Amino acid sequence: MSAVVDSSIINDETKKVLVDPLVTNNPITLQVLGICSALAVTSQMSTSLIMALALTLVTAFSSAAISAIRNHIPSSIRIIVQMTIIASLVIVVDQLLKAFAYDVSKQLSVFVGLIITNCIVMGRAEGYAMKNPPLESFIDGIGNGLGYSLILIIVAFFRETLGSGKLLGIEVFKLTKDGGWYDPNGLMLLPPSAFFIIGLIIWGVRQWKPNQVEKADFKIMSITHGEGGHH
Amino acid sequence: MPNENKQCGHYEKLCAVLEKNENYQKFKVYAEHILGLSNNSLEKTIAIAVALCLVCAVLVSLAAVALKPLQINNKEQDMKQNILDVAGLLEEGKDIDAAFAEKIEAKIVDLETGDYVENINAADYDQRKAAKDPAQSVAIPKDKDIAHIRIKAKYAKVFLVKEAGAIKSIILPINGYGLWSTLYGFLSVDADGQTVQSINFYDQAETPGLGGEVVNPNWRALWKGKKIYAETDTNEPTLSLIKGVVDNSKPGAQYQVDGLAGATLTSTGVTNLIRYWTSKEGFAPYLNKVRTVKGAKS
Repeated sequence: MSAVVDSSIINDETKKVLVDPLVTNNPITLQVLGICSALAVTSQMSTSLIMALALTLVTAFSSAAISAIRNHIPSSIRIIVQMTIIASLVIVVDQLLKAFAYDVSKQLSVFVGLIITNCIVMGRAEGYAMKNPPLESFIDGIGNGLGYSLILIIVAFFRETLGSGKLLGIEVFKLTKDGGWYDPNGLMLLPPSAFFIIGLIIWGVRQWKPNQVEKADFKIMSITHGEGGHH
Repeated sequence: MPNENKQCGHYEKLCAVLEKNENYQKFKVYAEHILGLSNNSLEKTIAIAVALCLVCAVLVSLAAVALKPLQINNKEQDMKQNILDVAGLLEEGKDIDAAFAEKIEAKIVDLETGDYVENINAADYDQRKAAKDPAQSVAIPKDKDIAHIRIKAKYAKVFLVKEAGAIKSIILPINGYGLWSTLYGFLSVDADGQTVQSINFYDQAETPGLGGEVVNPNWRALWKGKKIYAETDTNEPTLSLIKGVVDNSKPGAQYQVDGLAGATLTSTGVTNLIRYWTSKEGFAPYLNKVRTVKGAKS
C-alpha cells in the first residue's frame, strides 16, 4: 500500500470509476436503481438539481466512510452499519438544506429523507466501498451520483418544459391559459410520465450500446426445430 | 514513545495531556484490543456497533443543534414573507422584518366568541402547535368538519394591517384538506369582513401543475374583490370555486372563483376550507364583530 503505487493507479482507474457510471454503467439506466425518487422529484428542474446534488454528496461521503472502516465491520451487522452511516449523513444533508436552502427543502420535503432508502447509495456501499479504499470509493460515489444526476436532469428537462412550459421556473413556451400557444401536457406533471421518459432513455442507450441489453432469462424454442433437438 | 509523539503532530500539547491521562491509556489499550480481534467475534461486533452509534449520534446532534437558529429564522422569515405577500405589502428588496414590524399587528381571536384575547402574547402563540395540544384545541364534530381537519385551536392568530390607525385588511389563517395534503394558507379580507383581498397557500403538497397551481399568482389574482357572504347576517358563506371559468356577466359572479383546471378535488377542498373558516365554526363571529365595530365608528 505504498503511496507511489496508489497515485499511479488513480489516473487510469479513477477516470474509469468516475466516468463509467455516466453511460456505460449508469445506476438508473443499466442497474435500474433509484427509480422511486427519479419519478417523484423530476417534475421541476430546480428540485431535481438539489436532489441530484444531495444524493451525490451522500453517496460519495457514505462510501468513503464505509470504506474507511471496511476492514473492521463485523459481517453480521454489515448492512446495519452501512444504514447507520447513510442515515446519519442524510439527516445532516436535510438539516443543511433546511438551514441554507429553505424553499427547496420545503419542495423536496420527505424525499430528502428518502435518500436513505435509495438503492444507489446502499448499492455502492455494499458493492464497491466494502472492497475498495476510501478515495476510490469516494470517487465511485461521485461518479454514480453524477450518473443519477444526468438522468434526473434529462427527465426533469422534458417534464418541466412539456408539462408546465417552463424551465427552472422561467417561461419557455407561452401557455394557452396565459394567452400563448402551448397547451401543456398534464401527464408530464404526474409521476408515470417519468417512467415513459426513463424507458425511452434506456431504449436509446441500449440501441447505442447493445452490450447493455440483458440476455433473455430463457429462449422460446420453435416447435418444429425444438422437437428434433438439432439446435 | 518517540513514535507516538510523531503521530501527534501539531497537537503535541493535547497529546501530552492525554498521554498522562489514565483513562485515555485504558481506552487506547482497549481500542487496540478490539481492533485486533476477529471481525466475527461477539465482543468486536458489540464494540463496533456502540462506537458507530456514538459517532453518528454526535454528528447528527451537532448538525441539528448548530443549524437550529438558522432554521428557525428561515421559518419565521418565510411566514412573515407569506403574510406580507397576502397583505399585498411584499416589495422586492425591502427588509422583511422591518416591513412586518411596521405594518402588521398580530392578534389572538377566540374563535367561539369572536373577541380578541388579550392575555396571550401574540408573538409567541403558534396556532398550528395549539391545534395539536388537547388543552388548547377542540375536536370538530364530523358533520361540521367540511374542511376535514378534525381539530382546531380554540384561539386563532390573525394579522391586522393598519393604515393611519384604521384597519386596512384582516389576514385570517386557513387550512383544510385538498387531494393529497392539508393546505395551509392565509385569506386576506377587507375591513368590511366581506370582500376578499387576496389568498395565499404557503404549505401544500398538491399535484405540481394541477392542484399545486393554488400558488399560481394568476389564479390568486382572481380572488381580489370577491365577496364571501351573499347576506352578511346569516354567517353562511356563499363564496366557492366553480368548474371552469366564471362568467362575469351572470349574477352571483362575485361569489365565484375559477376552479383549478384538472384539479377538481383540490378545488373542492379549497371551497370547503374557505366555507369552513368563514362559517360560524370559523371566523364568522369575529368578522361580525369587526363589521359592527366599524359600523359604530363611522
